Amino acid sequence: MLLQRFLIRLLTMAITLFGVAVVVFVVIRVAPGDPIAMMLPPGATDADIARLRALYGLDKTIVQQFFIWLSGVVRGDFGTSISLRQDVLGLVFNRLPATLELAIVALLMAVAIGGTAAILGARERGTAVEAGIDIASGTALSIPDFLWGLVLILLFGVLVPVFDISGRVSPQLDLPFVTQFYLFESVLRLRFDLTWDLLKHMLMPAVALALPLAAIIAQLLKQSLKEVLDLDYVVLARVKGFSETQVILREALKNAALPTLTLVGVQFTFLIGGTVIVERLFSYEGLGNMAIDAVINRDLPLIQGIVLVFALLFVLINLTVDMMYALLNPRLRHG
Amino acid sequence: MSATCLEIRNLSAVLANGQRVLRSVSLAVEPGEVRALVGESGAGKTMIGKAVLGVLPLSVRIVEGDMLLEGENLGRLSPKARRTLIGTRTALIPQDPLTALNPSRRIGPQMTDRLVRILGWNGERADQRIRQLLEEVQIRDPDRVLKSYPHELSGGMRQRVLIAAAFAAEPRLIVADEPTTALDVTVQKQILRLIAQLQREHGTAILFVTHDLGVVAKISQKVSVLYAGKVVEEAETAALFAAPQHPYTRALMAATPRYTDPLASLKPVDEAVLAGLAAEIAAADRAWRPRHG
Repeated sequence: MLLQRFLIRLLTMAITLFGVAVVVFVVIRVAPGDPIAMMLPPGATDADIARLRALYGLDKTIVQQFFIWLSGVVRGDFGTSISLRQDVLGLVFNRLPATLELAIVALLMAVAIGGTAAILGARERGTAVEAGIDIASGTALSIPDFLWGLVLILLFGVLVPVFDISGRVSPQLDLPFVTQFYLFESVLRLRFDLTWDLLKHMLMPAVALALPLAAIIAQLLKQSLKEVLDLDYVVLARVKGFSETQVILREALKNAALPTLTLVGVQFTFLIGGTVIVERLFSYEGLGNMAIDAVINRDLPLIQGIVLVFALLFVLINLTVDMMYALLNPRLRHG
Repeated sequence: MSATCLEIRNLSAVLANGQRVLRSVSLAVEPGEVRALVGESGAGKTMIGKAVLGVLPLSVRIVEGDMLLEGENLGRLSPKARRTLIGTRTALIPQDPLTALNPSRRIGPQMTDRLVRILGWNGERADQRIRQLLEEVQIRDPDRVLKSYPHELSGGMRQRVLIAAAFAAEPRLIVADEPTTALDVTVQKQILRLIAQLQREHGTAILFVTHDLGVVAKISQKVSVLYAGKVVEEAETAALFAAPQHPYTRALMAATPRYTDPLASLKPVDEAVLAGLAAEIAAADRAWRPRHG
């Protein structure tokens, strides 16, 4: 039964990814802009153009191209980047950890900030504290992540320059890392000097990405908490002598977290989408920044590779959310 | 003679819009005594129980009156001291056993958490105590029940668990808020008998909220009849049934079905009685001036 559900799930994921691959493949070929034209100097002959087109397989029909590409993907060969002339998979895996670190740090910040605000707001419901949290989360939510990025650059990069506004790590530093997960590896290696340098680069883009999500968490979780706090078992816990904070943390939080968890899963995929522009803004060397270059250069294989990796991430996030949902809700576990 | 277990003096409460929901309620519960609060829905009987336990909804505000738990004036204590006092000396048997247990926590920790975290018992003692109480409420497989989640137990089982948990800390006062209303008729009787039996054995005072005069007759020694947040009559239970004084009490009794001829005996409360009550309450409200508000 469980195995069957798992297999169905796996099949759904494969179909989703195939769908994404088809759509992206077709759209970037139908959209205006010619990768070959961008590679050749002005005055190239028709023969040159035709030769290069044949070299990259662009002289075949879209259907033929798709199946050539797909058969490569199945074997782990995502093709060669047109603009960078390197293996797409290698390029993507080189950049992916930077984006994952940024997204995970942003997610943790969003959960920490939003969760704290929600618990505080629910405990102080009906007071000025709750009103203040509502106003703050309304503000955080109505400003998009890239605009938060600009605001933060102005505040903490220019006016009070405490953080670095560009790049992932100071270029003069000697990096001992063997993986691309610089931040996580620096912690594991106890090189906190490097951790600090990485954080100084990462904090502003992470906060920019985290703020809207934190606001969503604060509002939704606070609402769910307030609903749960009127339920009978919570009243019973108060009669037992537990304080409001204890009641929220021990009785209410787990049950109130379910709707928020679902939404955070969906919103986390938006957050990862948001890394594309925010990474650009902070010249952060992640996958999103590379995606923009790939689009500008009409680098078809690279775009396909990046989009497919993003799609795989989204699918995996949804899977994780579903698993956590079952973990939090005992009624689903046995059902 | 020990102190009165619970004394309520002149308790008045209003909603945010100023409407009175409790009208100068006074009543006392002596140690080991069962006091029934009876009245129709909206009469404020549950509100009194919640006021005593400090769990009134935010929309209800107490504007007047005192509540004394074993001589301690609850209104004069700090919120933390009040919480601890209520947690150690009182317990609640809730109305609906289906919603009164946390769906995501196992039964065991839900039963022991007060003993361990509020009363400071060690885990082993709390566990033994809970098992003893589960035996008293005739639960035969405590191991399974303690490991279960609430949705794995029937409504009757859950109410037994809640009754056991209420008595476990040896409270002086239990507020039973219509504890049988949400149950099947067949289960109602067993649960009522169980509460009565545990009450006798433990000598716990109970403030028993109900709309059912049949339940009042079975379980209580004294009774307060409420209408629109006002105590219209109070008496020893036997005396009340023998000779109800207030017209509303008589009407309430007439509105209770008899098993011999349910339809013929069933009369709605007389209009004249209700008009009289309305006049009585209006007169009381005109005379009433809250101390603040």
